[in-house]
Order: sequence, then C-alpha cells, then structure tokens
Amino acid sequence: MSAEEKPDLVKVIRTPIRLEYTYSAGKSASRFLRAMKEGRLIGQRCPVDGRVYFPSRGSCPQHGVPTDGEPVELADKGTLVTFSIVRIPAETVPLEIPFVTVQVLLDGADTILMHVLSGCGLDEVHMGMRVRAVWKPKEEWEESVANILYFEPLDEPDADYDSYKEHI
Amino acid sequence: MREVAVVGFTQSPAKRRETVLNDTEIVIPMIDELKKSKNLKNEDMDFVCSGSCDYLAGAPFAFVMGLDAVGAWPPVCESHVEMDGAWAFYEAWVKIQMGYAEVALVYGFGKPSMGDLPLTLALQLDPYTQAPLWPDAVSVAALQARLCLEGGVLTERDMAEAARRDRRNAETNPYAQIKGDFSPEQILAEPYVASPLRRHDCSPISDGASAILLVAGERAKEYCERPAWVTGIEHICEPLDLNVRDLTRSRSTEMAAERAGVGRAAIDVAELAAPFSHQEILVERALGLGAGTRVNPSGGAMAGNPMMAAGLSRIGEAARRIWDGSAGRAVAHATSGPCLQQNLVCVLEGS
Amino acid sequence: MNPDEESLSAPHILEYTYRRSLGPVLSKFFTGLRDKKLLGIKRPDGSVLFPPKEYDPETSESLHEMVPVAESGVVKSWAWVPAPRAPQPLDRPFAYALVQLDGADTSLLHVVDAGREAAMRTGMRVKVRWADSTIGSIGDIACFEPA
Repeated sequence: MSAEEKPDLVKVIRTPIRLEYTYSAGKSASRFLRAMKEGRLIGQRCPVDGRVYFPSRGSCPQHGVPTDGEPVELADKGTLVTFSIVRIPAETVPLEIPFVTVQVLLDGADTILMHVLSGCGLDEVHMGMRVRAVWKPKEEWEESVANILYFEPLDEPDADYDSYKEHI
Repeated sequence: MREVAVVGFTQSPAKRRETVLNDTEIVIPMIDELKKSKNLKNEDMDFVCSGSCDYLAGAPFAFVMGLDAVGAWPPVCESHVEMDGAWAFYEAWVKIQMGYAEVALVYGFGKPSMGDLPLTLALQLDPYTQAPLWPDAVSVAALQARLCLEGGVLTERDMAEAARRDRRNAETNPYAQIKGDFSPEQILAEPYVASPLRRHDCSPISDGASAILLVAGERAKEYCERPAWVTGIEHICEPLDLNVRDLTRSRSTEMAAERAGVGRAAIDVAELAAPFSHQEILVERALGLGAGTRVNPSGGAMAGNPMMAAGLSRIGEAARRIWDGSAGRAVAHATSGPCLQQNLVCVLEGS
Repeated sequence: MNPDEESLSAPHILEYTYRRSLGPVLSKFFTGLRDKKLLGIKRPDGSVLFPPKEYDPETSESLHEMVPVAESGVVKSWAWVPAPRAPQPLDRPFAYALVQLDGADTSLLHVVDAGREAAMRTGMRVKVRWADSTIGSIGDIACFEPA
C-alpha cells in the first residue's frame, strides 16, 4: 500500500438529481385561482348528476365527463363537516398551535374544502357548525386559496346532520 | 389465444407547447370523444390502463389525475405503466387474453413542455457511471448515429430522406406537428444541432395524448365494422448499458418482429415510433419491410412525438388504415429507453 | 374572464439527494477512481468490461476479477454539445464520447474537452484529466482531453 492509498473502501456514492420545471396549472385550476384573486369562489357542475365540484379539475371524477359548462358561484360560508386539532406548527398555516384543521362544505358545493378554523375555543368546535371565511385584506389577494386566512364560526343554528353526512 | 381487435382511436393534436390545458385536460376531451363516438358507457369498460411518466410533470403519481377523464366511481379495474401507452395496450391485451376483460380502454399522455425533456431522459442511463454526467437524449442518439454513419450502415442522405418522407406524409395528418416538403438537399444544407444530427433528424418535442379501445371476439363488431385484429404482439428489451449492445442495428425489434409474425405475409402499412431519423431506418430494417410497404403514412413519431403516447398512436394510425380498407395488414412499432433499448411490435389485420 | 387564457404556471424544482450503496464490484471501481486507478472487470471469455459490472451481460455469471486499464484510449464515437446545459460537466462546448481505454473491450461514456468540434475525430487518442480532488465518483475523471 503506497502512501497515497487509503485503507478504507468507498462504499457509497452521492448522485443528487435536480430537474427544473415550469408547472402549468391548466384551464380549470387557472380559472379557479384567477377567481380567487377577485374574491370569488367558483365550482363546476357535473352535467350527469348536477353535483358541484369545488375546486374543479375539469372533469367529473365519478362519471368521467367534462365539466366545462358555466362556472357556479359559491358563497364563502358553509358547514363544518369534520375537524382535527393539530399540535404541530405548519409553515403554511397562519395560526398558533394548537390550531384546528377543518373540512368545510360550502353552501352550494358537493365537495369539501380543507382549511383551518379560528375564533372559538377548542372545546366549542363541533361537526355541523356553520362557518364563514375570513379573508386577507383585499389588496393582498393573489391567485391563491390562501386569500382565505381561516374560517370562523357563524351565528346560525347548526346544520342538519343529513345535509352533510355524505361528505364525512 | 383470444381474438382481440382495435376498434377505436382518438388523439389530440401534437403541439410544442400546450399553453392553456394541463396534461389531464388534454386527455379529458379525447376520452370523451372516444366514449361518445363508440357509445361506450363506464360500466362497459372492464379494464382501463394508461401510460405516462411522472418525470414529465416532475410530480409523483401525476398520472392518477388522468383517471378523472375516465370516471372511477363505482370503482374500476385500472392499471398504469410508467411507459408509452403502447405498453399499456400490451397489458390490456394480456388482461383480455387471460379472460379478465372483454373491453379495455387504453390511453397515453404527456406534457414534456413543462420540463427539459432531453435532459430528463438522461436519467434513463446507468445511475452510477452515466446519469451523473447528464448525457441528454439528443447527444446519446447522436453517438449512435455516428456509429451507424462511420460504420457504413447508413448515410446522412438516408437520414434526410427518412425525415423528408415523414414530414411530407404528415401534410395530410391534422394531428401532426411538423409537416412540409423539405428536400434532402435543404435538410443536408442545415447545420448540425448535435453533430452528426441535424434538427430534421430529431422528432419534435410534443405535448399530447391518444386513446384506443380494445375489444375481444365477436363483440368487436359492435364497435367497428371492420375491426383491426391483433394477430401478433411482442416486446423485447436490450441491456441498459449502451456499451454491451450493438447500436448499429435493433436486435430487439428483429426479435419482437419475428415473434409477432411480421414476416408471415406482406405488410401494407408500417407506423414507426422511432424519434430520430437514423433510428427509424434501423427499425425499418429490423422489421424486414419490403418495398411495397407504405411507411409512416401519418408521419410517424418524427412528425409528432407526444411523449408516452407516440407509440400508442402508431397502433391507432395503423388500425385506422385497416378500418378504412386501405391496408389489409399493418405493423405498428413503439420504443422506449436510450437508443431503441426496448421495442414493441404489433401486427394488425383486417378480416 | 376568458376561459382560454394562458394557464397560470409556476417554477417547480424536483430534487433527490440520492446516496447509493455500491456493492463489492462498484465499491472497488469507485475506490480505484478515488485513488486515480482505473479498474475494469474480466469476463469468462477473457475480455474486459470497463466500467465493470457485477454480472456478465450475456451469461449472467458473477464477475470478480478486477483488472487495471490504462488512462488513455481511443474515441469510438462522439457527439458535439454546442450549448451545454447547467448540470452537464463542462460549461463550454464539448463532446460526449464513447472512449475505449487501452486494456478494455468496452467503452466508457464520458466527456472530451476538445475545445472545438473540428478537433474531434473517431479514432483519436484521448487521456484522462483527473479532477483536482478525487472522492470516489465518475466525476473524478473531470473529462478526457486529446492525447
């Protein structure tokens, strides 16, 4: 063994890869995000059974038909379908821990929106609660679901279980 | 062996850059058109199989979104290959052979414009000694082209003539991307883009999708007056390492062609998915095609190369010529991997 | 709002920090590179694979006998890269080449820093230019240069 040779063998190599993309959102997502920038929530209706998908990907995932009709405007309030209390902070969530993640069925929509809830005690959160979106200041709106900071309780009687039980 | 036929085919136009739709949205209207034109209901489909590559979008499981175009509730029997849709076609054919399906929908799609395709394909090479040097797919094909040229296997003029034939044939194909009558002299006067390859020797980079309907037995006639029967299909793979292969011929295509029975009778039409002019010549020779065969009436992959759909589209274009009676016997070819590493050959016949 | 407006898009980076274990054959190969030694492997028929492989490509037998190959050899094919992309080994035009080193019976896919396209020729002799520091990687061979 010469002075230059080292006794140990190379057993592992590093082969990092890095690829750059320009990801394109596509027609449906772009329309949805551009509407968000205007403070509007839009869904798409399935021509077969009339269900409103929010957000929509351009096709009804159940029937496999294009959902390219007129968009459906949705109100920014709805029913809290289910929730979870999270005790690990998340970069993308503008709330302190513990915070509440929620699934919201907006009035008029047939699919749920995942978001977060604030404005009431943890022990007050319950399924069927009526909730409303709290938006960022208008001048901060971008093409993003994050224009809605969180949902807060709405002073309305709880929704009937039957009205959201299919979405749990 | 069960009789299986290609009874439907749709495709999207091959485009350098689809600027409005994402990859799933390219698939949606195309599958919708196939379902409507064949009166195909979701409950009629026994099996659905797609071909795509997550590296085109740079996202794992990107292909799952494509199912929105098909409709997956009630649950469907579905599969996927990280390959050209031609291999999804093969899987569907096997499924039917095994008696698990009668009607199968196959589709392939890709939007390579989102990334740098030739660089992405460097990841197909040996990960220890080759991929870290990032040999892009055009350079790798150029290495093979030089071996062929300097080995006396073909000439630059042969390459120019193949490119010319494809782009001229493509003039009647509304879905093709590169079309026109470019003479060999015009082509040979152009500079190399990756010596010894010229721009015309390379297929375009294309966003696009295609779909095929496969049906077993007599039921095929419910969907199509003159079904294109699959009378032979095989795919063969060579080693990954370029160094232990003979890059001046396509042995795997020769073997696949033999097992698919290409040579049993005359071939009227051949649709080839080779993405470079020199590779197209190697494939043509490997298939043993005679002078009477019309090669690439659609223009082949050289006129439009939607990644992950180009091979499937060759099967569709070959089938179309059976349906319209302009061909009695056709062969379609699909390829995958560096320098024609893996090749699929499919023979279609009218009754 | 025009539904056929151009899609929104955003840059997206895909990165994987792969660390690959080598096994006995490649471990010797990469250790050799670190120590500036080129090692191929002998096949049952006596021919030498470089880079080495664990199994014979034709018979699938396990291969074990490492043999040294020279630092210089012959270009068997090449392709000119006029506009290198960011992750490629050189930032000036270069050739990818199949280089068969003296003592090996297969070629290595690597890079030749020839300076200009006209300097490349199948059959030319090239030699290894080692990286400033070698760690056990194919990049320990920074490139080949005309010999």
